[in-house]
Amino acid sequence: MTVVGTPVRRVDGPAKVSGAARYSAEITLPGTAHLAVVGATIAGGRVVAVDTAAARAAAGVVAVLTREDLPKVAAEPHLLPSLAGGPAPGQSFFPMQDDVVHHAGQPVALVVAEEHEQAQYAATLVRVSYEAVPSVTTIDQGRDRAYEAERLFGGLLPGRSERGDVEAGLARADLRVEAAYRMAANHHNPLEAPSTVAVWTDGKLTVYESTQGVRATQQTVAQLLGLPVSHVRVVTGFVGGGFGSKAMVWPDVTLTAMAARHVGRPVKLMLPRPRMFTSNGHREEQEQRITLGATRDGRLTAIRHEKLSVTSPFDDWAEPATGVSSQLYACENYLGRHRLIRGNTMTPTFTRGPGEALGVFTLETAMDELAYRLSMDPLELRLRNHTPVDPAGHPWSSDGLVECLRLGAERFGWADRPPGPRATRDGDWLIGTGLAATAYPVAFFMPPQRARARIFADGSAVVQTSTQEFGTGVLTMATQVGADALGVALAELTFQAGDSDLPNSTAAVGSAGAGMVSSAVHAAGTALREQLVALAVGDRGSPLHGAGPESVTVTDGRLTSSGRPGAVDTYRELLARNHLSDAEATGEWRPPPLDTPHGLLTFGAQFAEVAVDPEFGLVRVRRLHGAFAPGRVLNPMLARSQLMGGMLWGMSQALLEGNHMDPRYGRWAATNLAEYLVPVNADAPVVVVDLVDVRDDVVGPLGAKGVGEIGQVGAAAAIANAVFHATGRRIRTLPMAPELVMDPAGPGER
Amino acid sequence: MTVAEPQLTVDGPAAAAVPLQVNGRRCVVELEPRVSLLDAVREHLDLTGTKKGCDQGTCGACTVWVDGRRVLACLTLAVAASGREIVTIEGLADGDELHPMQRAFLEHDAFQCGYCTPGQIMSAVKLIEEGNAGSDEDIAEFMSGNICRCAAYPNIRAAIRQVRDRSGGGA
Repeated sequence: MTVVGTPVRRVDGPAKVSGAARYSAEITLPGTAHLAVVGATIAGGRVVAVDTAAARAAAGVVAVLTREDLPKVAAEPHLLPSLAGGPAPGQSFFPMQDDVVHHAGQPVALVVAEEHEQAQYAATLVRVSYEAVPSVTTIDQGRDRAYEAERLFGGLLPGRSERGDVEAGLARADLRVEAAYRMAANHHNPLEAPSTVAVWTDGKLTVYESTQGVRATQQTVAQLLGLPVSHVRVVTGFVGGGFGSKAMVWPDVTLTAMAARHVGRPVKLMLPRPRMFTSNGHREEQEQRITLGATRDGRLTAIRHEKLSVTSPFDDWAEPATGVSSQLYACENYLGRHRLIRGNTMTPTFTRGPGEALGVFTLETAMDELAYRLSMDPLELRLRNHTPVDPAGHPWSSDGLVECLRLGAERFGWADRPPGPRATRDGDWLIGTGLAATAYPVAFFMPPQRARARIFADGSAVVQTSTQEFGTGVLTMATQVGADALGVALAELTFQAGDSDLPNSTAAVGSAGAGMVSSAVHAAGTALREQLVALAVGDRGSPLHGAGPESVTVTDGRLTSSGRPGAVDTYRELLARNHLSDAEATGEWRPPPLDTPHGLLTFGAQFAEVAVDPEFGLVRVRRLHGAFAPGRVLNPMLARSQLMGGMLWGMSQALLEGNHMDPRYGRWAATNLAEYLVPVNADAPVVVVDLVDVRDDVVGPLGAKGVGEIGQVGAAAAIANAVFHATGRRIRTLPMAPELVMDPAGPGER
Repeated sequence: MTVAEPQLTVDGPAAAAVPLQVNGRRCVVELEPRVSLLDAVREHLDLTGTKKGCDQGTCGACTVWVDGRRVLACLTLAVAASGREIVTIEGLADGDELHPMQRAFLEHDAFQCGYCTPGQIMSAVKLIEEGNAGSDEDIAEFMSGNICRCAAYPNIRAAIRQVRDRSGGGA
């Protein structure tokens, strides 16, 4: 019996509901001291002096470190997405190497004390004097110095994407939709703040770290400290959410290791919530513009999609926003480009649904406008522009967009909707519905992925790889995949992860985790099964001796051959007869080449019903429906949960989340969870998730595409389109705050 | 001639022995007065099931019971909880037998990363006792002090409904 594809409950569930699951800050080694980081209060300039006398004199303080006390890094960091598999610093800058302040919150001093409270208090006693210069932290402040980015993502992606002739396509169009959008910055705010415990033993470093990539952390820290990679071990038990904030390696982990070496003791850092806003990247403030050209029958003739955003002084970073708009629909003429402003912020980073969550918001709200202009059902407009191939003419590795749109529409009850806006009222509330198509790229930047499978004489088995559990359910999914591949019962197999000493698994980012881990685990389990089958058919003592290996199947540790009815061997007996206490094998999966002749997107469709109080501008989402085609679904319960969470992230992006720089001081206006709004239970409507099974023979041996991002992408667009349907008001600013939604129109909106 | 540097710091009172009763066990912990109940259980008693999310009273991850009421351990000084009956997530199960709410969270997949989960469960049990779990709207409203960034909210409501309906309480 196979367990892949069944709704197995989380194997780590009992530990999580009982409080037994340990997260990184919950590792307390004997002699642990506590670290507090002092951040710059100016956004640009230089540190003139750091007076540490009062902090040093405070009770319990072990050390106060300024840049004079800190070693130079062994190599300048160069930003590279962790999916590439190498060192992955989040920015091409390491603090406390010189006196320059590039952004508010940049570390300028470290305080180590016996107790957490002592460290926090002493940090307030460090007196830093600055020479400040004017800063640029918003688009409005830096608009006149914007430039076009040649390469993004540490050079992995071009900043521009172009085909055909957009001007000619627009000239040929019967209709044009042009729209400009403003999107506020977002912060990941996983509930577990980034945490590090660093301990040195005989010149070797062990780091307990809350990360989405133990191998990325290992390699980055080794590079910065000039250590052999083999001298750095990174261990991650459980991670309390990542959402991109722990996808790259930020300076704090290395600073903690430096502090631990300085004081000769284990050192623990648990970032206070306010420091999270300036320590691990953010989704950058951005503006997007789109122009669609279409014929009267709704066929797209041209798309022009541009993004403008603020990056750091060190990196050309923009979430790539045009990966979907350039591919989702049949359209011969396309131009996408990214423009940047270098400002006084840290380098922004991946935030759930990176780039495409907002790129699809722009595309799919503009498509909605086009549908109304054409007096065409928005669903029909999407179907009419569907393409079975990518812009290079390659067929999708697997499709499913049309199926998702049709299934979602049916389940949502789309057909019952009045076509025009502001047509339905329920007491004080205006009711509206909206939809959006959605897609998210499948990326193959990663190196080969490996796992090790081992079976013991008693029939129990272990599969290992260096991934980490941050809520995706990877421990459960990999247990299922390993059990099926090896041919043992689920209860016999333990999956181990979260340790850089285990076989290579690249950081779980960009919805790639499920594909990478399932493929490596499948390869390892299969390799061990084949080894044991070969042993059995060559073993004179086996009832299967002489049978063809390909005729043998293994279920629940029992080996049978289609050519030999009734003959049964077992792993236990096989190992015992051969005097083996165990057997093991490593499996490797090599991702498809970057130029694989296939279009690579995951598809879905989003539907929303909202109620809007036009006098107060309140928007309540009444229900969300999503239908998604993520290839083979390894565990439908876990997939639904993750997709549901993503859809609610989309709701949050539409209505709640946004931060702004105070242009006077260059500091974030909100640095806590009271002012930076995230959804609470009362915000969350009923969410329905449907899965469309599509076969995919390209993305990996199991055909799984991942569900981390696709749930979020398009959800905000469906909600914005529903708000238009309810009110007749088109909101092009995120989040859609009440003052923008309410009837006495804000200027410029509609 | 040596001039004494002016004393720049004002240190609080030194650590003192604070008796605490946690999960039915009595213990004495050396704590400074400014130590929160949250840090006391996590850093001094190695009861790390109670989570630190914001340390500012906004997220609910640190929810514990003090004298039978749900409170935020990050906003409670440990010394103020001395002499009171403290229950953390580790005290909820009956030996190896999970509390019905813990089982319901498993059955309804009411968590992902698991970091808010202990606080959600400690809140959810009290929610039913308080009589605030009568409708889905009530559950949503009275559970809104516990943020779940993975947004498992609909599944959390389903878990609470199940326990409410099987225990006959909550309305």
